[in-house]
Amino acid sequence: MITVKNLKKHFGGADVLAGIDVTINKGDVICVIGPSGSGKSTFLRCLNLLETPTGGSIIFEGNELTGKKVNLNLHRQKMGMVFQQFNLFPHMSVLDNLTCAPLMLKKCSRAQAEQKAMELLGRVGLADRARDYPGQLSGGQKQRVAIVRALCMEPDVMLFDEPTSALDPEMVGEVLDVMKRLAQEGMTMVVVTHEMGFAREVSNRVLFLDEGVILEEGTPEQIFSNPRSERLRSFLAKVL
Amino acid sequence: MNSWILKLQETFIETGYDQLMLKGLKNTVILTLGALCIGVFLGMLIAIIKNFSEGVPVLKPFAVFCDIYVTVIRGVPVVVLLLIFYFVILASADGITVGILAFGINSSAYVAELIRSGLNAVDHGQTEAGRSLGLSRFQTMRRIVLPQAMRYILPAIGNEMIALLKETSVAGYVAVIDLTRAGNLVRNNTYDAINPLLIVAVTYLIMVILLTQLLKLIEGRLRKHDHR
Repeated sequence: MITVKNLKKHFGGADVLAGIDVTINKGDVICVIGPSGSGKSTFLRCLNLLETPTGGSIIFEGNELTGKKVNLNLHRQKMGMVFQQFNLFPHMSVLDNLTCAPLMLKKCSRAQAEQKAMELLGRVGLADRARDYPGQLSGGQKQRVAIVRALCMEPDVMLFDEPTSALDPEMVGEVLDVMKRLAQEGMTMVVVTHEMGFAREVSNRVLFLDEGVILEEGTPEQIFSNPRSERLRSFLAKVL
Repeated sequence: MNSWILKLQETFIETGYDQLMLKGLKNTVILTLGALCIGVFLGMLIAIIKNFSEGVPVLKPFAVFCDIYVTVIRGVPVVVLLLIFYFVILASADGITVGILAFGINSSAYVAELIRSGLNAVDHGQTEAGRSLGLSRFQTMRRIVLPQAMRYILPAIGNEMIALLKETSVAGYVAVIDLTRAGNLVRNNTYDAINPLLIVAVTYLIMVILLTQLLKLIEGRLRKHDHR
């Protein structure tokens, strides 16, 4: 579904990504872990070109995204993204947050868009908050709405950029539950996270990034139980 | 008190200068509103070009032009601008047209800056969220960023309007009979200095107070939808 070849990104003099190669298949749930500053978020943000790579290529469903002539807006509709800071639109009600993009970009009626939004909202247990504004919700509720907002565009892949890092500890669970359910339903997901429990339990592959390269890649079993590199061992020792 | 009213009658009513004052007021309002329209339109255009140019290389030359425009306009006194327009660029146009253009262009430079800072005040995550959903730059600007920037922009534009209203008092330089010029003419012709100028000052003051109240009303409405 997504093939990343020799992806590079440097800011000023610093190499944030120094050549990443990875293939993401349909149905994959990939967790990206690593110390801060290792380039995890940059890698994720390069996948939908929120960050422009300085080298390499990203091929999404057969289309080279880094090319000049590519219609990024069209491909981004197929790549949902969930941010650490939620980034809900504070001037719109929850329902408008959800239907805004589908109404502008898909040929569907307001009734259809709202029905779809309400159904998805119901599945994350927030149907009764549709008329509220984001400012009236808790962090966990906001992030669940943000996930639904991305889902309303019916994406083929979901990108999560540390979705639980800005949450109070007691709200982490409700968001992870939604993500777990999504994974079980077969959604292709790339998750940058510090939640090692989630990575171990839900993902089928784990990437360990350090200093802009994939230092280790494997099943959760391989990564967490049999780390090969000293770097990964010391990282796991600190976070587990 | 009675003698003052008699004096007012002598200065304004008997001479028919009350009509002149009204005409001046009308011209001041026309100048202010006309210039505001031009200022907001051009200012918005400049701000959006500058905002978009950050990711679109094609717009770079336009952005450079906008920078120069803003620098030059902000660096030249509005009276000088007015005179240049009246005597050089639009030598055959009437004062009102020249005034609207000159004040409008002068205002546009300031409006551009305040719109730009309003757009910048909206968290960049909002743009990223919009773009990540597949919205174009323009759609994101129109639906996501601009509505949120309005709460910063509108009060600032209100202040700009107040400044503009008072700035138009130099329109007399190009033979426009605005409120100030009318008052000054009356003073000149009646040798009553205090009353015409006092009335001019009070009229400006009342207009500014009304505008301020209007602004407060609008700000209150903006805040009503605030659920941060």
